[in-house]
This record gives sequence, C-alpha cells and structure tokens, in this order.
Amino acid sequence: MDKLYDVIILGAGPAGLAAGLYSGRYRLSTLIIEKAKDGGQIAITDEIENYPGQMVEGESGPSLIARMTQQAEKFGAERASDTINKVELEGEVKVLYGSKDTYRCKVLIIATGAFPRPIGCKREGEFMGKGVSFCATCDANFFEDMEVYVVGGGDSAVEEAMYLTKFARKVTIIHRRDELRAAKSIQEKAFKNPKMAFMWDTVVDELHGDGILDGMTVRNTKTGELTRVDADPDDGMFGLFGFIGYNPRSELFTDMIDMENGYIKTDDNMHTNIPGVFAAGDVRVKSLRQVVTAAADGAIAAMQAEKYISNSEI
Amino acid sequence: MVELTKETFEAEVLKAEGTVLVDFYGDGCVPCQALMPHVHAMEDTYGKDIKFTALNTTKARRLAIAQKVLGLPVIALYKGGEKIAECVKDDATVENIEAMIKSHL
Repeated sequence: MDKLYDVIILGAGPAGLAAGLYSGRYRLSTLIIEKAKDGGQIAITDEIENYPGQMVEGESGPSLIARMTQQAEKFGAERASDTINKVELEGEVKVLYGSKDTYRCKVLIIATGAFPRPIGCKREGEFMGKGVSFCATCDANFFEDMEVYVVGGGDSAVEEAMYLTKFARKVTIIHRRDELRAAKSIQEKAFKNPKMAFMWDTVVDELHGDGILDGMTVRNTKTGELTRVDADPDDGMFGLFGFIGYNPRSELFTDMIDMENGYIKTDDNMHTNIPGVFAAGDVRVKSLRQVVTAAADGAIAAMQAEKYISNSEI
Repeated sequence: MVELTKETFEAEVLKAEGTVLVDFYGDGCVPCQALMPHVHAMEDTYGKDIKFTALNTTKARRLAIAQKVLGLPVIALYKGGEKIAECVKDDATVENIEAMIKSHL
C-alpha cells in the first residue's frame, strides 16, 4: 500500500493494543498488524484475575481483550490482518513485507509476543493435536471425563490444570521438581481440588500411540527411573498439556536487532538499538511478563514514537 | 459454507462426491475464530472445486475423536470417505491451508 503511517504496530496483544490506543490519542496515523486473533496469549486464557481494574467476576482473557480492541479502534488505530515475512528497518522509512501487502512507516513498534515452549519429549510433534496441546480453552472438551496431564509448575500450569478439572475426571500435574513455583494462593486451591494429582520430580521422556496419544514414558529427575503411563483402557486416550513457559517471537529480526536469548533488548523507554524501532511486551528482555506490564510497555513505546516523530524531519 | 452436525457428517462429507474441506472448530476456541474468516475467503476462490463445510466439535465430540481430531483448529480434506490431508493447530496457517487445497485440486 502507498500510505506512509506514522506508526505501525506488529501484534495486537495487550502491548500492541495499548500502543495503538496511545498512538491514536497522539493523533499519529497508526496501523496495527495482526496475523491471528487479537489478544495473543491472554486470548486463550479462560479466567484472568490480576489485571488491575478488570471486572472481578467472570472476566475472561477474550472479554478483556475485546474492550482493549474497541478502545484502540475508537481512537483511530487502523487494523490489518496479515503475516509479515520480511522487514527493512534501516533508514527513515521502515518497510514490512506481508503475505498480502507491503507496509511503510516512520516508527515500528514490535509487539509480537511469545509462543508456548514445547514439552521437549520424543515424538511430541507426532501427537500435536492428537493428544498434545498447549491450549486448554481450545481442547479441554475432547477430554471430558477422561484423564489429563499438565506439564509445568508455575502459575500458568496450575491455573490451566484447574480449568481442565472442569472437564477431565482427573488432572495430574507433572513437574520436574518437588515443589511448585506457582503463587501460594493458586497452589492452595490446587491442593484442595479433589480431581488434582501430582507427579513430582518427573519429566516426560517419550510419547506412545498409533495416531492418537495413549501412553507415555516419564522419567524421575532424581533417580533417572523410567515409568510407563498408559491411558485407561476404557478411554483409549489421554490429554497432555504443556505450560512450561514461552519463547519470544523474534525470528523476523534475527541479526538486525540486539537480543538476549531471542528476547529483544531495549532501554527503559522501549528503544531498540535501531532508531525508530521500539519493542513492547513479552518479546522484550524483562523481569515480569504480564498483561499489565505489556500494556505499560505499549504506552511508553507510543509516547516515545510521538517524541521521535516530532523531533525528526520525516 | 455447509454447517455440519454429527447427524449430517456422514452424508455431507463421507458419502459426498468430490473433495470436501472440513473446518473443525469449537466453542471458545479462539484460534479457530481467527481462522474462520480466512477459510470463508478461500471458499470464494475454491468453492467451485471443493465443498466447504464446518463442524462445531463441542457439539460433536465423539465424532471428532473418531476422525482423529483431538486438538483444534484442524482444517481437513476428505475424498471417497477418507481424510486425505489435514492442517493441525499451529500448522493451520492460511498459507499452509491454501497450499493443501491447491495440491488436491
């Protein structure tokens, strides 16, 4: 397209939507490009309790994001549904090559977020969508009244496991250590839930099955002992959900932007090493990855974009 | 786009003439909702060669499992009563789905 936007934001999760909102309010011409559905990781979360100012009862990830999207669009942010495959960041005009169109801007705000880290066991790829999943809200229904295993020990793993107890008859958390990392309040709820069970000091080694997951071998991290876990014969299958963290979505910018383990390095004001390019949200090097910190990053990035544009001659 | 039910799946998909695309989705599956408008757009292009259908698996759980669908989204192609190709979950990108359709025209 011919239009030269003031700001293009890559990603419509909370970081991108907050950036879009602030950018719109600064009266900068703004385009938010998203390849999937608004909201990123939080859009597939059933319940959210810790975003300041949210509705306390019945707020889901999608309901919160719907309001963020409305708000950004109210202040003039335009939207495009496209996948960006290549970027040119040097120079005063940044160019983004998408599958559908090419986009140009003075400032780019990278808010591409992160994707779930794989479990890392053998044959994992074979059973993706055939028993293995990273989206409880997508797939819990398939395992109604069956058994489900959740790999992980942090907030996400325990919360998603609790969500799964609404569907499965038994949910077992498989954690590689002997105590959970999750917040105490979440742990308390989990230990009280009669449908929850725990396999400590355990990792998944290999998956088994013919077309559908019906068995796995797990390993004790302390003794090295291998144990076979099979599906209940009446079920013939079980679910294995992974919630063990995220990897940053930064492949587009490899060898262009300074990174640390794939996370984009910025200063406190979201500046990357390239003038006119900012990063916001989970894709950044940071200590806390939450909706609230992503939104904060987006606001800061937009404000910095406004300063950059008014100080430059483009 | 033909909306399938567990009662109509056999007639509309397994016993149909030609190639049938099935968009397996579910209530509350956000990635499925993201894909839906793109699949509708593909129907505009390929609808004369392939029959486009969709199945809400929340209401047809056992049928989905019998079709080896245990995770969403899945976009599958059927011919002669058999599933001949599918794009599952993260592989169900617009690019991959279109490539799959083109290779079975």
